[in-house]
Amino acid sequence: MDHVNSNLLQKIKMSEKVISVHNLVKKFGSFTANDKLNFEVTGGEIFGFLGANGAGKTTTIRILSALSKPTSGEVKVAGFDAYRQTEQIKKNIGYMCQKFSLYEDLTVKENIILYGGIYGMRKSLIKERLTELLTKLRFQEYENRIIADLPLGLRQKLAFSVAILHEPKIVFLDEPTGGVDPITRRQFWEMIYETAERGITVFVTTHYMDEAEYCDRISIMSEGKIVALDTPEKLKKQYNSATVEDVFIKIARPVPHELILPSPTL
Amino acid sequence: MMALSNPGCPAKQYSDQKKQMQKVIESSGIFKKFGATLALKDISFSVNESEIFGFIGPDGAGKTTLFRIITTLLLPDEGEMKVLGMDCITGFKELRKNIGYMPGRFSLYQDLSVEENLNFYATVFGTTVKENYDLISDIYSHIEPFKKRLAGKLSGGMKQKLALSCALIHKPKLLVLDEPTTGVDAVSRSEFWTMLAKLRQHNITIIVSTPYMDEAMRCDRVALIQDGSILTIDAPQKIRDGFSRKLFTVKSVEKYKLINTLRKYPGTITAYPFGDSVHVTFMNGTVDDSLYDYLIMGGISDVVIQEAEAGIEDRFLELMEGGVKA
Repeated sequence: MDHVNSNLLQKIKMSEKVISVHNLVKKFGSFTANDKLNFEVTGGEIFGFLGANGAGKTTTIRILSALSKPTSGEVKVAGFDAYRQTEQIKKNIGYMCQKFSLYEDLTVKENIILYGGIYGMRKSLIKERLTELLTKLRFQEYENRIIADLPLGLRQKLAFSVAILHEPKIVFLDEPTGGVDPITRRQFWEMIYETAERGITVFVTTHYMDEAEYCDRISIMSEGKIVALDTPEKLKKQYNSATVEDVFIKIARPVPHELILPSPTL
Repeated sequence: MMALSNPGCPAKQYSDQKKQMQKVIESSGIFKKFGATLALKDISFSVNESEIFGFIGPDGAGKTTLFRIITTLLLPDEGEMKVLGMDCITGFKELRKNIGYMPGRFSLYQDLSVEENLNFYATVFGTTVKENYDLISDIYSHIEPFKKRLAGKLSGGMKQKLALSCALIHKPKLLVLDEPTTGVDAVSRSEFWTMLAKLRQHNITIIVSTPYMDEAMRCDRVALIQDGSILTIDAPQKIRDGFSRKLFTVKSVEKYKLINTLRKYPGTITAYPFGDSVHVTFMNGTVDDSLYDYLIMGGISDVVIQEAEAGIEDRFLELMEGGVKA
């Protein structure tokens, strides 16, 4: 019964397009940072967004999070238009990056209250989530500690929880588990799985190719274009590679780069 | 013919030196405290000449603190650190001439050009770019077309190549690289490791830190480091071989449910998500029908189970569990 239900739920959420991008173009002067991108991400999906440095990922993420507008093309995030409904988009997304997400000189509790306020949540709801969160993360003893005093692993778990405090439709994660120890890293991925299971779409950008292996689907960008988009398994098969890293190395950069490599010595 | 006249004659020289086992670094019982935090606890290891020695561990493990002691930038509270036969405290002046250090944070002059940075570093160490060009040519040639560009305007991969060129320009005997590949894309990372391997021909010993477990395989030997302590030191393959149990990969479309069900299964010792599968060890070291039955009961019917070779990260996890229990 439980099984049937979760399968049903899966189907329902998988049919919902939470991000849809059609022929997205973003130009800066004569430079085309995003060149006719097309992709869709469904509810509850863990989507890996990969690309070499300078491939144009940041430009796309800024558009998806309503910080920048497309030059042309159609972009919908959480059902809202990226040209005109930017405020609604912002209310329906969360964001966490590895480097900064929480105020270091505020306590755990203060950070949660602050972010709850910024997201426009009711006070009673913030209080409810605060208790929920502290219990779930077994964080009670840290409630009144400032962030700077927390171990990195705890900080990152809290940052993630704060990024989804307002139950957004999509959460953007930038290298979420870079640099943490292997155990914390796995606990973190389990949190991500659980979040996706609840129907929240998780949009991951990372340089860590083994992080990409955890995603349901990944796209690889190169020079402003999406050059691959599929499940990690299918991409590995298609490119006859053992890892996503090998796939990435094979396709993330076009041939011209090879031309500037020096000839090997002797 | 040309290979014969190459003064490096790399393969033979390298193996000869390995036999002599000359120690480039000898660390014994190093402790370092910052306030109440014990950053390094009893760190002992040695590095052989021409070795690529990796320190693999998460942020906050103590890698940077250790590197700062090795490079004479920080004093240990306790213990002895000998580098190139000299003591790090008394011999710091001489040592600094022989060490090339690439800190984790990009620390070149952003408002100088590529070329100006390189010339500056050469001058500081009393040499010229021309004198040691052969050492850096492989690396520098990637960025030479952009030599007039300001360092601050370079891409991540290019900054990394410039920083490495600057760290090498005085022909150091020991190269110390603190997380050189962090934040750099996979293609550049791979290129970078290829460059390091080539430096071996010049008899340069390299110590390098990284949080990326997969990079361990590019080192001759590695130390796994966590919470200020070294968990183990060995050749990467030997570390993998050290995994004490039989490891299985378990796959299902329902990943999250799979992990939770595996954890509940009474025969499971450990179950960790690992990319698109779960790495599991069982008490009886094998997979029997009761597991399949248990998973089907839990609503997972598409499971694929295979025995697998443990990687560095599996062994790291195992060593961490040991630490937790002790």
